[in-house]
Order: sequence, then C-alpha cells, then structure tokens
Amino acid sequence: MSAQADGLNAEQLREQLQHLASVAGVRQWDLGAGCSTDTSVQVDRGEAKQMKGAQRSSITVRVWNEDGLVGITSTSDLSPTGLATALHGAREASNFGNPDDTPAFSPLATAPLAALDQPRHEARSILELLDTLKQAEADLLGRHPAISTVPYNGLAQRSSERLYLNSEGACRHQSLTTASLYLYARAEETGRKPRSSGAVRLAYGATELDIAGCVEEAAERTIAHLDYAPITTGRYTCVFTPEAFLDLIGAFSSMFNARAVLDGVSLSRRESLGETLAAPFLSIHDNGLHPGNIGATAFDGEGTPTRRLTLLEGGVLRNFLHSEATARAFGVAPTGHAGMGSKVSVSADWFEIGATPGAAAGAQGLDHRAGSGHGCVGPEGLVLIDSLSALHAGVKASQGSFSLPFDGWLIRDGERRSIEAATVAGDIREVLKALVGLEGEAKITPDGLCPYVWVEGLSITGDA
Amino acid sequence: MVSSPAAPTTAERGGVPHDAGQFADPLWRARLEPLLALGRAAGADLVEVFLERTDHLGALAEQEAITSVSPAFGKGAGLRVFRGGHDGFVSTNDLSEAGLLSALDQALGMLGLVRPLQGLGGGFEGLADLCDHATAKADWLGRCPALAEATARLLEGTNQLERHGHHLQARRSTYARDWQEVLVAASDGTFARDIRLHQSLGLSVLAADGEHRASLGRRYGTSGRPDDLRQWDAEASAQDLCASTATMLYADYVEAGQFPVVLANRFGGVIFHEACGHLLETTQVERGTTPFADKVGESIAHPAVTAVDEGLSDGAFGSLSMDDEGMAPQRTVLIENGVLQRFLSDRAGELRTGHARTGSGRRQSHSFAAASRMRNTFIAAGPHSPEELIASVDRGLYCKTMGGGSVGPTGQFNFAVEEGYLIENGSLGRPVKGATLIGEAKEVMPRISMCANDLELAAGFCGSVSGSIFVTVGQPHIKVDSITVGGR
Repeated sequence: MSAQADGLNAEQLREQLQHLASVAGVRQWDLGAGCSTDTSVQVDRGEAKQMKGAQRSSITVRVWNEDGLVGITSTSDLSPTGLATALHGAREASNFGNPDDTPAFSPLATAPLAALDQPRHEARSILELLDTLKQAEADLLGRHPAISTVPYNGLAQRSSERLYLNSEGACRHQSLTTASLYLYARAEETGRKPRSSGAVRLAYGATELDIAGCVEEAAERTIAHLDYAPITTGRYTCVFTPEAFLDLIGAFSSMFNARAVLDGVSLSRRESLGETLAAPFLSIHDNGLHPGNIGATAFDGEGTPTRRLTLLEGGVLRNFLHSEATARAFGVAPTGHAGMGSKVSVSADWFEIGATPGAAAGAQGLDHRAGSGHGCVGPEGLVLIDSLSALHAGVKASQGSFSLPFDGWLIRDGERRSIEAATVAGDIREVLKALVGLEGEAKITPDGLCPYVWVEGLSITGDA
Repeated sequence: MVSSPAAPTTAERGGVPHDAGQFADPLWRARLEPLLALGRAAGADLVEVFLERTDHLGALAEQEAITSVSPAFGKGAGLRVFRGGHDGFVSTNDLSEAGLLSALDQALGMLGLVRPLQGLGGGFEGLADLCDHATAKADWLGRCPALAEATARLLEGTNQLERHGHHLQARRSTYARDWQEVLVAASDGTFARDIRLHQSLGLSVLAADGEHRASLGRRYGTSGRPDDLRQWDAEASAQDLCASTATMLYADYVEAGQFPVVLANRFGGVIFHEACGHLLETTQVERGTTPFADKVGESIAHPAVTAVDEGLSDGAFGSLSMDDEGMAPQRTVLIENGVLQRFLSDRAGELRTGHARTGSGRRQSHSFAAASRMRNTFIAAGPHSPEELIASVDRGLYCKTMGGGSVGPTGQFNFAVEEGYLIENGSLGRPVKGATLIGEAKEVMPRISMCANDLELAAGFCGSVSGSIFVTVGQPHIKVDSITVGGR
C-alpha cells in the first residue's frame, strides 16, 4: 500500500508508477492522489443520531500516448494492482484523447509554492465531538421556546493529504487538518408556519471552532424569521448579505472561466477582456491564499501554485481563470485553478469582492438596518436577501438568468419583518450594472470575502 | 474495453477480489462471519457490512469531438453497528481483514463498545445461504458497448443536434455507465449479493441569437439493460430537444404571480418527488421535519391523487433486485385517493420510528450509511385526457419540461420550469421562460385536482442524506389549482 493508514508515500508511488509506465512504454504521465480520515457526529435532542468515520483514498493517473493524446483513469484502490490497472485504463482511454485540445504539464508545476499558515491539530475522540455537539445543540434549543429541534447539525473533523507527481520530476504534497460545525434550527409557533435558519463555522481543528458564535448566529437568524409576512410581488431595491452575494457570483463564475469561454458556454467571450461588466466601483479577485480561506490548497490539480488573481477591477473584466491548456490557448500563464482530467476543468477558489482601490464604494450612507440609502428605497421598502436556495435549479449560468427562493426581510420605515416565501429573479449582467453600492466592511465567509451589496430594481415574487 | 482490463490473478490481487462475481466467493462468508460475531459479542444489537466494487465510465462529446473519457473503478466497505436507538458507521477502502477489523473497532468505539478477543456467543447464529441476485447479471458489464461504440453513439448525438438545430453555439452529449457489485451481510443473518448496471445519456445545447439565449437538455436512463445505448434513437432525441430549444430561444420571461398550473407527464413528477416524496421518508420523521409524521390514515392530498413508490419496474432507473440493506424492494402505495398510507423506511427508520421497512434503504456508495430513499416514484394515472386539463384553465401556466428542484427543512419546495407556455382561455399560448414554482407540500397536495391518463416515467438523480442515487420520477399530466410562480 502507498497510502491509507500511514498517509501518501510520494516516493513509493513515483517508483511504482515509473516502473509500470516503463514496462507499458508510457513516457509521459502524471498523477494526482488524495487520502483522508474523517470523523463526524450528528445529534438529535440530546442523543447521538449518527456517528461516522471514514478512511478514503483516491488516485487519478493520466498518461500521454505515442501520439501525444491523453487518457486518464481514477481509482480508490491504491494497491500496486490498483495502480497497474489504472495505468492500463488510462493508456486505453488515451486512444480516445482529443487531438484538438491536449493538456500538457503545467510550466509552473515546479514553481515555488506560497507558504500557507495552516496549523495542524490533533484529532479529538468522536465521543468528545459528540459531547461538544450535544452541548451546542442544547444551547441553541435553550435560546427560544419556539426552537424545537435542530434537524440539520453536524460536527466533523478531517485529516487529509494531496499529492501531485509527474514524470518530469514535479512533486507537490500538502497535508491539512480541518473541522466544521453546522447548526440549522427549526422553530415553530402555534398556528404559524415553521421557520428555519442556521450557521456554519470552519477551523483547522475542532478545538478552534467558534461554537458559541455559531450557536449565537443560528439562534439569531432563526428567531428573526419567526415574525413573518408575505411580500407583495414587485420590483425592489435589494441588499444581499455577503453570503448571498457570494453564492450568486459563484453560481455565475463561468463568466470568469476560460474553459467555459473556449467551450462557448460562458456569458463571456475571448474578446470580453477589457469590457465593462459591472458598476465602476466593483472589484472581484479570486484568492485561494486568503488567510480566511480555511483549507486553502497550495496548488491545483496540475501542480500550478495557487495565487491571487484579479478578475474584475473597476467593473472591467481583467482576467480569466485558467488551466494549463486554456492558458496556452490564451497565451498567458496558468493561474492555479485547474482540476485534473483528459479535459481539464477550471474552477474558482475563493472570491474577494469589494470596492476598487481608490474608488468610492458606490452610493454613500447606505444602511440596510435603517432601510435608508441614496434615495433608492421607495415606499415599498427594502428587501434584505439573507440566503439564496436551490442555486442548482434556479440559475441558468449560460443564459445569465436566475430565479431563486430566498430567506430575507422586508425593511420599511425602519422596521424589519421576515418574508414568508419569495423568489428573486434577474439577469446577472443587469445585476452587476445595477449595483448601487457596497455597505460596510467586507466579511469573511466560508466562500469568500464580501460586504453587503445593494442592487436596484430586482424582481421579487411573493405570496401576497 | 477500458473498464474491464485483464483481471489480475488472485495472488496478484493480494486477496482482494477484482474480477466479476468475486463477492460470490466463499472467502467472504468466512471473513465476514467472525467479524459479525465479534461485533455482537461486543454488545452490538446488530452489525451490518456493505461491500462494494464499482466500475464507472463517463464520456463527453462536444460538437464534432470526443473531449473527455473518464474511467474509474473502486472498492470499499461500509460497516454499521447498532445499539439501542443509536448507530455508528465507518467506511473504508481497505477490504483486508485488518482493514475491516479496524473499521469494526472504530464503529464499536463510537457506541462505547470494545471488541472482545473472541467472537463466540453473542447471539450471532451465522449468515443465511447467500441470496444471490447477481448470478444472471455476471455478463452485464461485458455486454455493454465498448468505448469505441459508446463514443461513436455520442458523436451521432451531437451530429443529429447540428442537423436539426439552429443557432446552436454548443452541442453536447454525455454517457455514463455505472456498474456496481454489492454484498450485504448482517448479524441478523442477512447475506445477499447483487450487481447493478445504470446507464444514462444526456443531450444538451446552448442556442444564441443576438441577445436571445436558451440552454436546454434531456436525459435518458435505464437500469439493467446492457444494450440500452445501442437502442437509443439519437435522431428522435435530437429533434425533440432542438424543437424545444427553437421555441424557447425567443421566449419572454414569465410574469410572476399565483396561477393554476398544468404539469406535463414524465419529469413533471419532480414536483411530487420534491414536494411530498422526501417528506414521506422516515429520515424526515426522525428529524421532525415532515408535516405528515402523524397523518397516516388521514387525507393529505386531493382525492384525485394516488402516489406510489416502487423498485420493481423493469429497466427503470430506480429499480433494484434488493436494496442496500439486502431487502427485496416492493411496491409501496404512499397515498391512495388522497389518504396517506405509509412511509418509506429503512433499517434505522424502522428502529427509530416504528415504520416497517419497505426495501428503501439506499446509498450512493459504501461511504454512506443507508437511509430511507425513493426509488421509482410517481402519481398514478387518472381518468382525464391532457387536453381536458388544459381546457379547464382560463389563465395559467403549462410546464412542459421541468428542471431540478429541492425541498427545505420546513417543507418549502421549489423547482425550475425549463420549457413553459401560457394557458389562455383553455388553450396553449406563447412560450415563457424563467419560471420557478414554489410552495409547501401541505398546501399544494390538496390542490392537485386533476390527473390525466398518460403516466410516464423519467430518469433522474436524487441527492440527499445518503448521497446521490438513481431514481425515477413520473406522473401523468396533472393540474394544480394554484401555485406561486416566480418570474420577472
């Protein structure tokens, strides 16, 4: 075995694969591997609901055949036999490689990696996790008589390793510990509909989790939705919380994705670079290295170092996210956003959204708590969009349109009331240009960094 | 064929089976019985082992090229220990004796139990004779199309899209073949093996003409039919998709509001799956997140509604010879003439809620503990013609094709309408896009007032607590008297 209990053994894997490749006449290959050990608990009203443990391992072998075509095979079997079978499978798959779009090794696969401050933590016993979660659940249940259950909850910890090797000597390795806590409470008052909300926390170890903060936020958000009313269908000025706006941008990240551009399924085209996509004060960077990105990866699936990349600056599209192959097609350097495959996927890491340095953040004096800002809030009030749902179903990324259920509040005359059930709909291109301004300091969330974002004239459908 | 390279010998395998049928090896009985005995001797009420081997092939064609071929294979075990109302679950890729013992130790430890040195006694009386559903399926993998044939069919699909479509900016066809062999052994004597084969095929396009854009797709899927891809009518599928795309490319956005809605058959059944089906799983009873928990025998839907979940339909995506806990599937009537009959239940669901198991314990892979999940779920056919439903609506929405959807922890559901038309004065009107249907199961089920006589099923994937699984949704055309339509 080259992995599992003792972790990944890079040198052993390299020797094994080099030998197998040599026997098979394969001169160029690379490999991505990962293994992890997880423990997690769930509780239900003071009792253990489920306790889980998992040891996982996986490997993807990629080979180039004599015609330069690429094939891959993945397996969870890291034994020598598994490795041999994977190499054989990849060799056969290479017969169906695409001659018009062949990946190569990243020119940055041996470039220096950024140093990440990721302290490793010892795993806690699962019974300790259980006690911690029971206490957190009890705290949350005690916050309000209407909170009867916390139906979705979990406390998990993980120790993981990643590895990238190639036949030209590249060797990347990263090990990491992480922990997560989520608490989603359900509250119901007599004669009224049940309401639900929650919170999530991430850290490098279970002892580092902000459990009290998670309980506090879950309680506050759940209780705040108890007093609800339907909203009248119409157009409203909306304020997205940092979490909600990051979800929206993430759902349309193919705008920044060179793979999607080349495939013709992005809203952007090659020539979109330099075009104005958003209000002039908006900047978006992708920065997997941000200290707030718990569990950041130091390199991508091709071994390219992770780095900060400007996507939008002053509302203008500046760069796309790239793999090796798309970067070659655009004549730029890979950006560290690749997966691994015969057709390499590209994806964003962690967004930083904020005002362009040196520019004002749009309209001044925005204050969603007071429901006031820049004369864009009419008598109908202001809609605060707390969280978006069903992004997988309600977003048409290649069309630009979205229609999404949300939890939020109507703020009118300084008073805030939860909205019973509603959807928000629009077109991302119009949203980005209809930004009114950015409110407050950017907040670190699991998906990125973002302030409150004001948008004018969004369509809200309600039950009223 | 990429997926089935020459099988290594037993010696080369190091004792870990790889060739088809290996879970039938008596080795496994000899290995698992002591493990189960040890678990019971440690004080567990029940110990269950789920072993799995998988062989996956995915392929993608874009325009005139095969752009991705992604084979994958794997193995693993999921080991679950029950004691009282609690359970511990451990998964591992290590199928060696030491690996399984380590998993057992970890699972026992979660419940405060310690493995004894010997597994004698403890109430385990040995495994029953192997209930082998896989015998007749040993050749399924070999009978599937080889990669050359599969990729040729995908290219036929994208070529047919080019032939029948207009303004197509991107054309894609995808193929996925998932082969799985499972062995389930439990200390109550359960000992069963099965082989599953699922194949799915997708076509999708993005059409663009100036500012007008439309992206649509179709998916087809079956289980247990190795020849399925060979029998696919690529031209008919392409014509169907291109016709819808041409219509939707110039469609206006739907006006938001409350309307009567007629949902087409086949994938229209996602409304029942999301709005009600999930709430009839015992996992939801356990969580306290279903409004129907204490409603068995009571009316929860319009008398026009009878709903069924079953795992028996030949070739359907959600059909099974046994569930992932070794139990034979059944036809479970969920709602009959509007009255709730029963819940879908698995082993843990039966233990914790008292609802008898229904052969519905399902999981994506060995990494997940089984949970009560849907199989082939549909609203039964009614007496009307589809035209009667449309004629009964003065002003509303006809949803010809549905996108995905989800249900939240308070029973609120939503799903996207991929292809919609206005209904005006009892007739179909202009196409509209951007609609989302939202509501709550409790409120919507009594509003399904008419069911047509054209029940059809459609393949899909369902993601939930035990991962992403193969399911079928279905219904005839149905009419919902009023529902909130999100739009612009």
